[in-house]
Amino acid sequence: MKMFMVIIFTGILTENFVLAKFLGICPFLGVSQKLHTAMGMSAAVIFVMVLATAVTYPINQALLVKYHLEYLQVIVFILVIAALVQLVEIILKRYIKPLYKSLGIYLPLITTNCAVLGVVFLNLSKSFSYTQSLVNSFGAGVGFMLAMFMFAGVRGRMENCDIPKFMQGLPITLIAASLVSVSFLGFGGVVEGIFK
Amino acid sequence: MNPIILAIGIVSAIGLLSGLGLAIASIIMAVPADPKTDCIVEVLHGINCGACGYYGCYGYAEALASGETVNTALCAPGSTLVSKEIARLTGLTAGEIIPSAAVVLCQGNTQNTGTKLVYIGAKTCKMANQLFSGQKNCSYGCLGFGDCVDACGYDAIHICEDVARISPLACTACKKCVKACPKGLIEMLPVHEAKAAVLCANKEKGFETRRQCRTGCTGCMKCVQVCPEGAITVTNLCAKVDYEKCTACGKCVAVCPVNSIQIIDLRKFAKKAKV
Repeated sequence: MKMFMVIIFTGILTENFVLAKFLGICPFLGVSQKLHTAMGMSAAVIFVMVLATAVTYPINQALLVKYHLEYLQVIVFILVIAALVQLVEIILKRYIKPLYKSLGIYLPLITTNCAVLGVVFLNLSKSFSYTQSLVNSFGAGVGFMLAMFMFAGVRGRMENCDIPKFMQGLPITLIAASLVSVSFLGFGGVVEGIFK
Repeated sequence: MNPIILAIGIVSAIGLLSGLGLAIASIIMAVPADPKTDCIVEVLHGINCGACGYYGCYGYAEALASGETVNTALCAPGSTLVSKEIARLTGLTAGEIIPSAAVVLCQGNTQNTGTKLVYIGAKTCKMANQLFSGQKNCSYGCLGFGDCVDACGYDAIHICEDVARISPLACTACKKCVKACPKGLIEMLPVHEAKAAVLCANKEKGFETRRQCRTGCTGCMKCVQVCPEGAITVTNLCAKVDYEKCTACGKCVAVCPVNSIQIIDLRKFAKKAKV
């Protein structure tokens, strides 16, 4: 149990996917202007991350590792994840229309996002078991949500500021993001300390 | 088995299975899309103001296409032109829209009132309103930072002498400015009739109002006594005109000691702008 807590909190704080590993910057910058779009995007990311891990882990174990084909991991994972997300979108559109309206448009955006692929490869590199991998993916997704919410707040504040013309738009956004990222460095050692 | 063949076989198999699976899924679980919805969305303005009461322009188009509503006149910015187009596309009868325009009920410009504090903060009405109800002498009047200007999708509002003013020619009655004003100073007035309107929302006592703004309504009730239709009422020491009863006779304008009440006549703009 303690190990799961360590894994989750590491994924959220110390090894935050957006702010520490710099994966998934594209949806992070693109959708974090308003709070409610940030919420939809984060929900979609958590969902896709957990689902991707759930499906690719058995495929990896049963096919690729068994026949010593680890070098095919990138291709096979992308193939499987893309098909999976597309299938989820079709099912949502048909059976759960309200859910499709709120987060369906974000699903194609994060299909082959490096954050989703990154979490799958991270689980492999850390040699997690199946449940550990799922927990780690969930933690990574929640970390993504935390980063998005915080940055949506920061961007909301920035709207009312007087920003010099040459900094407006992307430059000041990136600088703000880097400052938030630096602040997350402060979490180093916290997780080990809490769950010692 | 040759590892190369195995590798090719595995990846191809996964690809083929996924492709087939998706193709079958998209056929079985296809959602019947109504092409009428897309046609109607093309005709609407696309600013998603919500004046129709539906969730954006697509929401209104869906409601019309599915038959959930038969009212083609719900789009205020689109007015009679869009109403006719919708009627043509859906076969419903075009509805009548009573054209109206937004008016800012405040005359607190730089000549009539002053400021009570130097405001250094975010230059939005919403933020300034949080600090002692704004920087102007009157706590109820227009702050002039332009939240309504930002809300207007048709560039109809401008700040003149520290007060927002709406151009009736450009206004499409989408009501986004009404929602944006933190003081609630913007109201819709009909375009085809002249109406008297009290251009003030000040609820202070008479002498206090006079101190704050030269054209502030003091609640003296002279207009109430002289109105032949009984269209004016004074609540909280501020007069208000009932636009249904008002005939724009002008008696109230003549008797008001501070020129707070005026006749708003938008008919000359009606001929030029609206179809």
